Amino acid sequence: MTELADRTWTAVCPLERIQRERPVGALVAGEPVAVVRTHDDRVFALHNVDPFSGASVLARGIVGDVGGRPVIASPLFKQHFALEDGRCLEDADVAVATYPVRVVDGVVQIGSQ
Amino acid sequence: MRTVVVVGHGMVGHRFVESLRRRDDVGDWRVVVLAEESRPAYDRVALSSYLSTASAADLALADEEFLADDLVDLHLDDRAVALDRDARVVTTAGGRRVSYDELVLATGSVPFVPPVPGHDLDDVFVYRTLDDLDALREAAGHATARAGAGRRAGVVVGGGLLGLEAADALRTLGLVPHVVEMAPRLMPVQVDEGGGALLRRLVGELGLRVHTGVSTSSIARDHRGGLTVTLSDGSELDASVVVFSAGIRPADGLAREIGLPVAERGGVLVDGRCRTQDEHIWAIGEVAAVEGRTYGLVAPGYAMAEVVADRLTGGDARFTEADMSTKLKLLGVDVASFGDAHAVSAGALEVRLDDPVAGAYSKLVVTDDGRTLLGGVLVGDASGYEILRGFLGETLPGDPMALIAPAGDGVAAVGIEALPDSAQICSCNAVTKGVLVEAIRSGEASTVPELKACTRAGATCGSCVPTLGKVLTACGVEVSTALCEHFAQSRAELYEIVMATGLRTFSAIVESYGRGRGCDVCKPAVASMLATLAGGHVLDGEQATLQDTNDHFLANLQRNGTYSVVPRLPGGEVSGEGLIVIGEIARDFGLYTKITGGQRIDMFGARVEQLPAIWRRLVDAGFESGHAYGKSLRTVKSCVGTDWCRYGVQDSVSLAVALELRYRGLRSPHKLKSGVSGCARECAEARSKDFGVIATETGWNLYVGGNGGFTPRHAELLASDLDTVTLVRTIDRFLMFYVRTADRLQRTAPWVESLEGGLDHLREVIMEDSLGICASLDEQMARHVADYADEWAAVLEDPAKLERFTSFVNAPGAPDPSVEFVDHRGHRVPAGMKDGQPTSVAELGFGPRIPLRSELEVGV
Repeated sequence: MTELADRTWTAVCPLERIQRERPVGALVAGEPVAVVRTHDDRVFALHNVDPFSGASVLARGIVGDVGGRPVIASPLFKQHFALEDGRCLEDADVAVATYPVRVVDGVVQIGSQ
Repeated sequence: MRTVVVVGHGMVGHRFVESLRRRDDVGDWRVVVLAEESRPAYDRVALSSYLSTASAADLALADEEFLADDLVDLHLDDRAVALDRDARVVTTAGGRRVSYDELVLATGSVPFVPPVPGHDLDDVFVYRTLDDLDALREAAGHATARAGAGRRAGVVVGGGLLGLEAADALRTLGLVPHVVEMAPRLMPVQVDEGGGALLRRLVGELGLRVHTGVSTSSIARDHRGGLTVTLSDGSELDASVVVFSAGIRPADGLAREIGLPVAERGGVLVDGRCRTQDEHIWAIGEVAAVEGRTYGLVAPGYAMAEVVADRLTGGDARFTEADMSTKLKLLGVDVASFGDAHAVSAGALEVRLDDPVAGAYSKLVVTDDGRTLLGGVLVGDASGYEILRGFLGETLPGDPMALIAPAGDGVAAVGIEALPDSAQICSCNAVTKGVLVEAIRSGEASTVPELKACTRAGATCGSCVPTLGKVLTACGVEVSTALCEHFAQSRAELYEIVMATGLRTFSAIVESYGRGRGCDVCKPAVASMLATLAGGHVLDGEQATLQDTNDHFLANLQRNGTYSVVPRLPGGEVSGEGLIVIGEIARDFGLYTKITGGQRIDMFGARVEQLPAIWRRLVDAGFESGHAYGKSLRTVKSCVGTDWCRYGVQDSVSLAVALELRYRGLRSPHKLKSGVSGCARECAEARSKDFGVIATETGWNLYVGGNGGFTPRHAELLASDLDTVTLVRTIDRFLMFYVRTADRLQRTAPWVESLEGGLDHLREVIMEDSLGICASLDEQMARHVADYADEWAAVLEDPAKLERFTSFVNAPGAPDPSVEFVDHRGHRVPAGMKDGQPTSVAELGFGPRIPLRSELEVGV
């Protein structure tokens, strides 16, 4: 847990600002991040750039599940990325970076990688 | 290597070459085809569609592979004119001399034109080739365009199968069709007296004027430049064109010249091997008289082609019995005839059911014990044809009368399972049920297209295609219609559920009828259903989470993450003031502008946080959302119509504007495009639209199921000469029926095709209310029209919705730093690579470039 304590945490917004299954974009240390709140109120953060197009758009994707894993679908070419580890379901060699997330006093905070 | 020369490139000649090339896997044969026409073989069975829906390319039979085949030399427009049997050399009109080892005559037939006075006048045609149809179309065009004319008439001499096709063609071309038939009934070869009587009544209701039991005495030019056709009973018909369709004669001239025996009524005599008296000359198709008998249908011709191809590759096939079954739709009337239709077999009994109210006539011909089926005639409703024909020569599964009882109790209840394996499903290509079942069991085919590819069933006239689907189902092949892993239901089933249960949130629907949390497939699909069933704003509550990014930001996502903006310009009309507003916005926000194919203006390169400001200005100037982002109505394109055009016959712009305003915002399974043309010149390209309207002198023709894109399709005529009220009501129902029953992302063309019964079924449902749902469709559309509100105006008034238009929740004003633009041809486009290629093509080798005048003037 000491490792976690060393992280820099960026407060993004109140949890209530994020609609369930409708992510928002955030800037964390200059990097665009997609912040996802699932239907059961878990919160995930992934790098916002879609590796297939290079566009900063993942936060605008549809959230759901594929084979029971929570995913977000890129709005450009519809590849699915697992919320838990950022892996692309269609191409095992591709992944997006994920960020640690915590909710403190109702505020979503995203940790440095 | 040996050479086979094929004289004639019609359907049968083409089939022969295809079959020989398929069988000759070692490349033993070189094939030389000598064709009289300037086009490679085309589908003559579907000839009439050339005047309504098909292009010459649609009808072509020779694919690229065929045309590129090194072992096939195709010489078009070069008729064989002489044949030297001893030297085995054929000479063409163009002077080409080709030596052959074997020669196949596939010259087909020529239309028979009785030598009545005036048969050689201008505006008198035959109905055989695409060139004939082009000439007919041109003459009909002149006739209908002539000033001051009422509706012009056309006379078809001959009321057989082809004559009725020709009459339908005249109707398509805008003429009033008359048919003159010498026999006491239409289609005397195929149908009996009872069937003929009903057929006459049904085609009469469709506007065909039928004259039976009379012949044509003469044709003369009248003083106004038209034609007068005098019949044997002394009556006279005024006509703009006359079409002879009084039968065909084998084109056996070449064979006669070299002394080959011909049959009494024409046709080169061949034996069961399809070989003439000369052992190196064969004859197939309509020119051949097998054991003295000629055949005017394509299926026996194909069988002959297969026999000769087999013989030349070492086989011993023989032409046996020909299937003379026919099923066709003439002017929308089903007619089928199979086996011994006229009950000439000894002891044959006839079982008839004549229902003038339902407009259906059925007759079965059975053996004297009533158990074996020998033939039949169906008029008005031929839905039982495929199954019944399968029982030809077989023991019937029940009482013959019960089989032709009205649908539901009759043959439909028998089902494909009862058919014996020997039953022929595809008569064009002689494919039996057994062959189909084998292809399915062996795993070769599990879909209808695969069955077509590996057995050729349904590849010619296509009438058995619905039966192929039934064979698949009977073999236990289930085609999954599940929407996605979260819903086992098809989109149509789910729509029914949502409509019936009143569930109005995705969460409730997936909990009750699906599993998991949904995905990018089912969520937008359900969002679309909720939009038409629940109404409200697409960004209200949970609905916002279901929307694709385009619907979520009410703009179109582009490859660099920016969006494009399309305000609605109903019917493509825009004022100068409106153009200035759009221009100022484009200038102030640095947007790239482009005119769309749908007569609108698209502005590219807007970031999400700019969208509300752009729309504030657009809404203030009176614009509203164009729904370019939605699976919904896009545009109703129009020509200028009677407002400006010298030729327009109706006010196409007013109708286009009215239709666009009526259906704007209607969410549908896929995008919807429309067009309205003010006359038959069709400048609005309405027939390439999901629903297209073309003005006639007396109203509107409605076409449905067209699209451009990946698989271009022409829309097909659904109804003619509608008044505006009926037109709008019909479109209302068409759209709502589509919204309710189509698959996700299925455009109207494949949807219409997927309806069992196709366009006719659609017509029955939405124009005759055969399912009793029209009131509900009307009510749903009325609700849509009443509840419509501009989505963008609503967003601008709702702070909660406006909050969504930010790139970064913790830096609301900050633009996305990854979005960059570069200059390209003086325009602003996204920077960066596309598919590994630089976006600029400025350095491409187009050769010397002529500078624009503006560049010269400013010295660029």
